[in-house]
Amino acid sequence: MADQENVVVENARGCEETRCGQCYRPNVDILEKPDELVVVADVPGAVTEKISVDFADGILSVHAPVDASRADGRTYLAQEFGVGDYYRSFRVSQEIDPSRIAAECADGVLTLHLPKAETVKPRKIAVQAR
Amino acid sequence: MVFRYTIPRHPIHQLRDEMDRLLSGAWPGGPLAAWARREGPAVNVWEADDALMVEMEVPGVKNENLDISVVENELVIRVELPETEQQGVTYHRRERPVGSFDRHVPLPFEVDAEHVSAELSRGVLRVTLPKVPSAKPRKIEVKVGGQEG
Repeated sequence: MADQENVVVENARGCEETRCGQCYRPNVDILEKPDELVVVADVPGAVTEKISVDFADGILSVHAPVDASRADGRTYLAQEFGVGDYYRSFRVSQEIDPSRIAAECADGVLTLHLPKAETVKPRKIAVQAR
Repeated sequence: MVFRYTIPRHPIHQLRDEMDRLLSGAWPGGPLAAWARREGPAVNVWEADDALMVEMEVPGVKNENLDISVVENELVIRVELPETEQQGVTYHRRERPVGSFDRHVPLPFEVDAEHVSAELSRGVLRVTLPKVPSAKPRKIEVKVGGQEG
């Protein structure tokens, strides 16, 4: 079990040091299925066409820009959330197949499918009776 | 007239807000999302020329999961965040909230409850509450006083 908990480790210190402007860290669910990892991120207000997902050197990063101009000229009576881009990155220690990563976004929820590489998929070995 | 507009909340949430504000520069990712505190999705409230505007972050929510009403001088938004748990998988992170929440937003002035409208786009709900005529800004013309006598 201990190994499994380390399948996805959050990349320490996300984007805050190198990116300018306010960046928000989306809430995520990460689940592991036998043949893939699935990352589900809440990105309300993100513009689907502008979302970028990168996978390099074992680091998965998601940048989901919002239309920040929608908040222009507002004087808030109450503000509980800020309007700004979402960014979060993860170190994925499992072997995944980068060429088959798929992403979809609906109703402000981004879903990433990270298929496991063939080499790490659980393989059932049939034991032959003699 | 000067009045302070606040959405009444439990004092512990107010304290957390203050802490978030203090730490927001140093904390990776900025303030914690309000609804991670189990009080419901976060709302922003602002005043436009002819309406009160309320925005709420509701990712993954469909029209049928929302119930919006104006009760006396409060806007009540009831939202049901659908259960997402899948069986037979291993969760490595589980941060997205589920369950049903009520948010009560006090209205700082009278609104035309008959013409309240709401739209849902990209996981953001926006409610427009038109002002009643008496709450709209009215331009007062200054008349030139006639010469006395």
